[in-house]
Amino acid sequence: MTDASRYMGLPSRYQRPSALAFLGYAAAIVIILWSFAGAGFSIDKVISSPPRFADFIVRAFPPNLDPKVLARLGWKMLETLQIALAGAVIGIILSVPIALLAARGLIAPTWINQIVRTALGFIRAVPDIAWALVFVVAVGLGPFAGMLAIAIDTIGFCGRFFADDMEAADKGPSESLTATGARKLDVVACATIPAAMPAFISTSLFATEKAVRSSTILGLVGAGGIGIELKVGFDLFDYPTAMTVILMIAVVVISIEYLSGWARTKIIGEQR
Amino acid sequence: MFVRCIRMQATHSSTISLVTELSVETLVAPARPDQTGAVVSAPVLPVDLRVAGLAKSFAGTPIFKDVSFGLSRGEAVAIVGANGTGKSTLLRCLMGLIPADAGVINVLGTDVQNASSAGLRAMRAQMGLVSQKHNLVPRLSVLSNVVQGLLGQRPGFRHWSQSFAPIASREAALAALEKVGLAHLANRRADRLSGGQSQRVAIARALVGQPKILIADEPTASLDPAAGEDVMDLFFDLARQEGVTVIFISHNIDHALRYGERVLGLADEGMPLDARASSLSAQDLRGLYD
Repeated sequence: MTDASRYMGLPSRYQRPSALAFLGYAAAIVIILWSFAGAGFSIDKVISSPPRFADFIVRAFPPNLDPKVLARLGWKMLETLQIALAGAVIGIILSVPIALLAARGLIAPTWINQIVRTALGFIRAVPDIAWALVFVVAVGLGPFAGMLAIAIDTIGFCGRFFADDMEAADKGPSESLTATGARKLDVVACATIPAAMPAFISTSLFATEKAVRSSTILGLVGAGGIGIELKVGFDLFDYPTAMTVILMIAVVVISIEYLSGWARTKIIGEQR
Repeated sequence: MFVRCIRMQATHSSTISLVTELSVETLVAPARPDQTGAVVSAPVLPVDLRVAGLAKSFAGTPIFKDVSFGLSRGEAVAIVGANGTGKSTLLRCLMGLIPADAGVINVLGTDVQNASSAGLRAMRAQMGLVSQKHNLVPRLSVLSNVVQGLLGQRPGFRHWSQSFAPIASREAALAALEKVGLAHLANRRADRLSGGQSQRVAIARALVGQPKILIADEPTASLDPAAGEDVMDLFFDLARQEGVTVIFISHNIDHALRYGERVLGLADEGMPLDARASSLSAQDLRGLYD
């Protein structure tokens, strides 16, 4: 008996797709090509852009390192970080009770879970810059509008993920406390939240990183922070100052990411 | 009025007994002759738990049906049976953690099937559960974990952590830890304990509220044999000292016969075995796993 006959039942390496799956793949390719067309994709522009980009780089370098400019941008950067931190902290704190209502099987009935999850979905669907525009109208120009935009954006992000983290938390401690006759709220406070805490911390640090990135552009719509300096730099063709702003944002965002990674490891170890 | 009583009746093989009449308040032990041959009237014991005609299925697949038994005060009962016969499901039904499909469950005077949430909590506050896994909250201290065992009796944030707890509760928790020999680890984080130590803390948490019924779901399943023996000895020493009714699941036939005064066996969607441990041999129980 040959090997080939011995393994006649071996499945083929590749399975032929069904007619429906084939149509699905074809439709996906058509939609992607259609999207490229809608986005104005142009090979000519791709080929012609490097010289223009190089021209911008040449005009932007060296960056503006005038001490007065650096001091002004430094204060604006500090304000950006304050907006990010204040907004993220408020958003993270408010996310906990909202997540409790969004998490299935904890303290709220299913219909409330659905309403809260839909509301969180709506918050996430609206971009942070749009929230900033809304709050500029509501509370006026300045960093407070930016902070509110960051807070609501953080609630959309953390509310959803905190709820998912609590739903996925180890159910053993909860069941043991339920078996002692503890109330739902006590069980959540004593077992569910502590079990989900490493995930909460990790999500909160990601939210803070996201808030710092977002806060750097909120100034484009008058919601405070260093973004306004970027806009003014480009509007006045002051590319060296714009380049200084871009480099400053890059340094701060990368530093925050490293700091966040370090804090995550220190607080919760390597686990996620 | 629904009045039934449990009467244990040994069959010809003396290993299988029939559950017939059930009573609300009492478990009547079988009348038996004394040494002189005279029939001694059966002692009337308070009943902590009674189950009649219990049925449970998942997604249309029956797990068990028509399960009936009773537990008298201070009795230790082992539940044995192969995987999938519904042992853990039965315990969860008894505590009202999952609803049964049919039947009557009465625990400490509470009609579990029809009790309100508050009624179930009041009933559970008189019970303790030790699971296969210790189920401690890993990031909290040992003392906080034991203090949380009082949440059923004293709800509210003061028993969320030993840091907020009243002195009486902290002392009760430390006393419970002393009983399991771990008072010196009160401040250690629960996730820094060995498996045996964790299970001892779980026993302290179950005992701190001075329960009337202790339920243990394979408490030694995650332990090595030596640690398992230690935990079982400790668990039953404490249960006997406190006069607590114990119902425990074990796949260890030796444990079931040694620690259980009575053995209930689940098989074939029912409970074909309900007998005194002293009348059973290991061979009798092995039959349940065939």
